[in-house]
Amino acid sequence: MQLSFKNGARANGPASLADLGENEEGTLERIDLPADFAHRLMELGFVPGHAITVAHSAPGGDPRVFRVDGSEIALRRETARHILLRKQ
Amino acid sequence: MGDCHECAGSCAPASAGTAATHKLVAIIGPPNAGKSTLFNRLTGLRQKVANFPGVTVEHHTGKADLPGGHDVELVDLPGVYSLHARSEDERVSHDVLHGKMPGLKRPDGVILILDATNLSRHLPLAASVLSLRIPTLVVLNMADDMRQRGGAVDTGALADELGAPVVLASASTGEGVEEVARFLTGGIGVPKPVELPVLQDVPACRQWAREVSREAGYTHPAPPVWTRRLDAVFLHAVWGPLSFVLVVGAVFQTIFTGARPLMDGVEWAVAAAGGLMRAVLPEGVLRSLLVDGVWSGVGAVLVFMPQILLLFLFITVLEDSGYLARAALIADRTMARVGLQGKSFIPLLSAYACAVPAIMATRTIENKRDRIATILIAPFMTCSARLPVYTLIIAAFIPDRQFIGPFVHTRAAALMGLYVLGFAAAVLTAKVLKSSILKSERTPFVLEMPPYRVPSWRTVGLRLYDRALAFLKRAGTVILGVSVVLWALASIPLVDGKAPPIEQSLAGTLGRAIEPLIAPLGFNWKIGIGLVTSLAAREVIVGTLGTIYGMEPDKDSAGLQAALQKDLTFAGAVALLVFFAFAMQCMSTLAVVRRETGGWKWPAVQFAYMGALAWLCALAAYRVFS
Ligand SMILES: Nc1nc2c(ncn2[C@@H]2O[C@H](COP(=O)(O)OP(=O)(O)OP(=O)(O)O)[C@@H](O)[C@H]2O)c(=O)[nH]1
Ligand SMILES: [Mg+2]
Repeated sequence: MQLSFKNGARANGPASLADLGENEEGTLERIDLPADFAHRLMELGFVPGHAITVAHSAPGGDPRVFRVDGSEIALRRETARHILLRKQ
Repeated sequence: MGDCHECAGSCAPASAGTAATHKLVAIIGPPNAGKSTLFNRLTGLRQKVANFPGVTVEHHTGKADLPGGHDVELVDLPGVYSLHARSEDERVSHDVLHGKMPGLKRPDGVILILDATNLSRHLPLAASVLSLRIPTLVVLNMADDMRQRGGAVDTGALADELGAPVVLASASTGEGVEEVARFLTGGIGVPKPVELPVLQDVPACRQWAREVSREAGYTHPAPPVWTRRLDAVFLHAVWGPLSFVLVVGAVFQTIFTGARPLMDGVEWAVAAAGGLMRAVLPEGVLRSLLVDGVWSGVGAVLVFMPQILLLFLFITVLEDSGYLARAALIADRTMARVGLQGKSFIPLLSAYACAVPAIMATRTIENKRDRIATILIAPFMTCSARLPVYTLIIAAFIPDRQFIGPFVHTRAAALMGLYVLGFAAAVLTAKVLKSSILKSERTPFVLEMPPYRVPSWRTVGLRLYDRALAFLKRAGTVILGVSVVLWALASIPLVDGKAPPIEQSLAGTLGRAIEPLIAPLGFNWKIGIGLVTSLAAREVIVGTLGTIYGMEPDKDSAGLQAALQKDLTFAGAVALLVFFAFAMQCMSTLAVVRRETGGWKWPAVQFAYMGALAWLCALAAYRVFS
């Protein structure tokens, strides 16, 4: 399933949520999406500084469920790619 | 005919709030927090409750059942994550709260429902609602779930932090509901208001929420273990789709075999009642009207009630367990391929019950063009009104044999095939629409996954009760009405003071007038009359055939199935099934599409497109099978 999420950015740590594998965790840095939609994501818990864990994905690997702030939110890969993570 | 709604008789229309004495209290909160469950408890009504976000999409009002004759009107609202409205359903909550909803005054009080299992996430909504300065009761719902998972909260401390009374409740078990009633009757003191931060920026709001929940001694409950275990199966690459297919196969098989004894029972009772009426009533016009016209029509449809209730039992269990959200996730791939988002899948799934609430449910889709596309394809999904037609024809023309193993028989497989056919038509139509007139930017898909819950018997029971009432109401209005009109048309012109042979009656003449149009599909004039009356609602054709055969002199006691076998060939039967899979034969759906799209353009397009597709595909089916 990792394969369907390949991005090439793995060399210097995950760059976005889309680069994380199942059960991996990252800290949100910023959301690179239109302001209105970024706001909606923040209301759902995607707030800079928060930890996000990858949970299950749909058969086929997309969309994925992310655990954030006590709830589970499903996003497509095309969205997850724009949610950037803090460098380790 | 609006009774195809999920909520026959239970959706009180928004009544104008005029009397100065009566209080209006709004129930607001994040999606899936249990607002409708509490509303149902307090009012005794039957709003739809299910375990996924975005169930309620309209405001619904109802009078609270309170001791001492207090006159309080409650209004149940769609869920909101913040007071910043983005979609149609969120705008409803926004408008009601700010007193901008036509016909509804500004609420005198607010019940703010938060999910106690996820308090810190939902507290920012409390800050914005409380700063409206409407007397507010904060209800921390799902207390049962919170405790079970080891969470805790000090309501007194939280009340001090928020400057509003707080109660811990469980809308599904009834815990804390008396306290809410006390708030409605003015029996709960409101603590001194505190200055709340009016924060626009989300991170700061979160920070505040975290501090408040710490002050209130909130212990976050442990993660839901069972949800994770079940997801490991239901979202598994192999077990996920496999379990889906197994569940669906079992559902169809049960609809055929499980409902049989009950249907036989109803059939027997209907026949017995008909026989009794025939024996008691004197021969004449009245007997002919009641027995041959009304009872043959209404009775023919009543037989299918057990089947429809069984289907609803399955749908309700799937919805209230939380599986539906997973199905939407699995389907997102397909939906993305045809240019729609996974969110469109939820209204489409509810269209398996009825297209009317499904079209209402598209209000949760933020993108206008996606919403229109979803509205246009929803009636292709096999609604419960098609079930009587399908099972009648299948039972009459397809022999019952083993098909896939001992469990799924040919008839269940044929039924399943018709559901797949409807879904395929929906998906292909979406593809065409989304790559032409309704093309739009891809909208992002965001769906909150609810935890799995054991469906509550109360919820399931209320839903089935509601359905049964809706079904009976429809039999007693539309189907009864059509039967009477049809009986009259089939009884004139009188020949020697007696009803004519049905071919020569007015109904027969009308049927034969449209025969040239449908003869290429293998249908005769009797089926033609059924197709005309079923424009009102699909299952009316069953009642109509019941009436037509009821009025024929050489009545066959073997019933509708045997009579049908004389009028249709196998190829004609297949064509009829295909026709019903595609045609738009439902006034309520057309009316709701007009209302939701704001004009006659889209319903007209939909009616013409679906009709043409039905005719062409039925023709093709007839040619292939004969
Ligand atoms: N365990 C538990 N489940 C509850 C409780 N209250 C509601 N539920 C369940 O939570 C789910 C959501 O309930 P609804 O009443 O439909 O929620 P809602 O807030 O009206 O949701 P939307 O209309 O989508 O905004 C249903 O499955 C209910 O059975 C509760 O107190 N405890
Ligand atoms: Mg609701």
